[in-house]
Amino acid sequence: MKRIRADVVIVGAGGAGLRAAIAIAESNPNLEVALISKVYPMRSHTCAAEGGAAGVKRPDDSLEMHFNDTVSGGDWLCDQDVVEYFVAQAPRELVQLEHWGCPWSRDEDGSVAVRPFGGMKKERTWYAADKSGFHILHTLFQTSLQYPSIKRYDEYFALDLLQEHEKCHGVVAMEMRSGCFFHFIGKAVILATGGAGRIFPFTTNGAIKTGDGMAMAYRAGVPLKDMEFVQYHPTGLPGTGILLTEGCRGEGGVLVNKDGYRYLQDYDMGPETPLGEPVFKSMELGPRDRLSQAFWHEQKKGNTVDTTWGECVLLDMRHLGEQRINERLPLVRELSRSYVGVDPVTDPVPVRPVVHYMMGGIDTNINGETPMSGLFAIGETACGSLNGANRLGSNSLTELLVFGRRAAATAVKYAADSDGPVDEASMAGQAEAAVTRVRGLLQRSGGGESISGIRREMMDSLQEGAGIYRDEKGTEAACKMIADLQLRSAGIEVHDKSNVFNTDLQGMLELQNMLDVAECVAEASKARKESRGAHQRLDYTERDDENYLKHSQAFRQAGERPRIGWLDVTITRSQPGVRDYSGGKK
Amino acid sequence: MPARQIELEVMRYDPEKDEAPWFQQYSVPCQEDWAILDALNYVKDNLDTTLSYRWSCHMMVCGSCGMMVNGEPSLTCKTFIRDLSGKIRVEPLENFPIERDLVVVLDDVLQKLQQVQPYIIRKNDPPPEGIEYRQSRAALAKFKQLTMCINCMCCYSACPQYGLDSNFMGPAALALAHRYNLDSRDQGKSQRLNIVADHDGVWECSFVGACSEVCPKSVDPAAAIQQMKIDGAMEYWKQKPGFPGGEP
Repeated sequence: MKRIRADVVIVGAGGAGLRAAIAIAESNPNLEVALISKVYPMRSHTCAAEGGAAGVKRPDDSLEMHFNDTVSGGDWLCDQDVVEYFVAQAPRELVQLEHWGCPWSRDEDGSVAVRPFGGMKKERTWYAADKSGFHILHTLFQTSLQYPSIKRYDEYFALDLLQEHEKCHGVVAMEMRSGCFFHFIGKAVILATGGAGRIFPFTTNGAIKTGDGMAMAYRAGVPLKDMEFVQYHPTGLPGTGILLTEGCRGEGGVLVNKDGYRYLQDYDMGPETPLGEPVFKSMELGPRDRLSQAFWHEQKKGNTVDTTWGECVLLDMRHLGEQRINERLPLVRELSRSYVGVDPVTDPVPVRPVVHYMMGGIDTNINGETPMSGLFAIGETACGSLNGANRLGSNSLTELLVFGRRAAATAVKYAADSDGPVDEASMAGQAEAAVTRVRGLLQRSGGGESISGIRREMMDSLQEGAGIYRDEKGTEAACKMIADLQLRSAGIEVHDKSNVFNTDLQGMLELQNMLDVAECVAEASKARKESRGAHQRLDYTERDDENYLKHSQAFRQAGERPRIGWLDVTITRSQPGVRDYSGGKK
Repeated sequence: MPARQIELEVMRYDPEKDEAPWFQQYSVPCQEDWAILDALNYVKDNLDTTLSYRWSCHMMVCGSCGMMVNGEPSLTCKTFIRDLSGKIRVEPLENFPIERDLVVVLDDVLQKLQQVQPYIIRKNDPPPEGIEYRQSRAALAKFKQLTMCINCMCCYSACPQYGLDSNFMGPAALALAHRYNLDSRDQGKSQRLNIVADHDGVWECSFVGACSEVCPKSVDPAAAIQQMKIDGAMEYWKQKPGFPGGEP
């Protein structure tokens, strides 16, 4: 097995991984960075983010307001020291991207424009039309090309973490092109592998988002935190699940039911605002959890519209006019026309809630450090508790930058004090074990199960048991089902035996990762007996600060269902209160 | 949703066992609103797990799923069944070595993207501390369309010049160079022109315009290349001592 040494090994080359790599290269050009990704960097799912990135910009805004919006948006499950640091660093990071050439949309005077977003009290979402994530990703990727110390390993699939005395010292990965295995030895390892939306049947997430980093960390004994908090974005295109950005509503688009009624006013987000004049933190500018939950109730009441792709509500943007839609929401128009045959200029677009983002992830602190020394995590794969029980739209793109940089700085410091692994033979042994696991998959034959079959059952059982609303019976059924699927997955044969770009094998490895992550989502959903943010229980309908103002942690137990533990939330200055989305009318 | 049975003819190649690429037929029950990518996913999930291809976002932005569809370089998530009739042929992007089935080797173009120095270059003054550069909407409009490239590489597949001589830098890389040359924040234009207006750069382009025709994002690399020919010629004269506005 080929060995590659680096000071810092980064797995994942999306927004977070690239930002971290650049930060390391800038801090010291002599530090070697190995940047491993299962896809070319520009394919990373950061590219699909549309609406923008939050950071205080206007004189009538303040860090305090951004802090309060984020903490109440997260239903007080955010770690407030993390939020304080985040809001303070956000503007600096967004300006940094501007200096690197990000084509942000501009105001008349040439300064960067900001737009309103859900749950935000002021315009503070920096945007590049409706392709903000795409432009951020490409800006970072292109900027990274000037640093020779960043060595990329594109299309390498990471398999397992390697550790010694509970310190992480590297990963083993498979080169897709050759099927060869590589043993990366690093003083520090940063996971930046993105979320796991693909564990659900209907998601905005691309095919690559299979929770690989979460599963790797979990298998290595690191807990996954707050996995019950899964964000449904309220406006996905039916059929494909393609995202229509919250910017649609930020620009003034409204949601109506089958009677043309703006139903959000019935769910504590009224009073109704005038058409085309959105009011911060009310109606269509409420937070994503509340809007998606409102859809669920409308569906129960029979107020949804029947379409060929199932029940929907309508996103009406006609009053914005063609010029504004073309200028601010060109991708939305293109996607709507292509995938549901509706032009938002002339007709309302059918939409429904769609799984979009994992608030939960690998347990990290404000430095991006996990409980395992030498292992760091950033971006969607991490849970640094910025987002609490519900992430506000446009905070995650900024999160990639702020914590990408901070984790990089911490990892650099850590690597400087670390000598690397002492016993390389033991590390090589672990790497061999990972390889044996993969070879075993290839050699297995017979068995009546299939990747797509098990995957479908996993997705359906999660949607059924851990969807927008949950209860004891449903979550328990999902837990049992997924535990059972774990066992049944042993009956899958990987039919493709080739060493070259074997996506059958990759699909099998991804399925194993997804099953681990799905199991944690189901178990944590069952364990949290309260309703908070994106986690809503029909049998425990109230928030319970006395018992559950805590982060959940899912620990792997070999051969058994995960164990759930609890961790205190860091509160600095905002005591749990009422989430007010009446636009200040209450 | 009405279904339609389509016949897919897909190129297969596994270098470990095939001497040459060959075609495999699949009969796929499709929904009327499906894209070619959906049909491939149906094959992968239900008919043949050994078929390899790249894809991710299914929303025309990650650039993974460029392939030849009926002989045209196409983004398969954006190429719809409803617009095609009869048997549909899917092949790997032309002008690239085949790695496996529909997956091509992209090393060469990745290296070319890097070669054009696609990042903001500042000569003297550092950026303003803590605040952004001002950039007018008109200044942004000059290069905005060129930032839309998703690196799907359909343009390289369509480019006859790249097909003849892979030393040619090609459409996406050159368009990317022009994108930074036109950015009001950048000061690296002459440095970049020394690279792109040289052998294997813009002058190799014979202006067939196929790259712009197949671009799923309307980036128009052909126009960018022609503009850089003019820029390159200007730069040549500017660097001549004594030329008005040139080196002293």
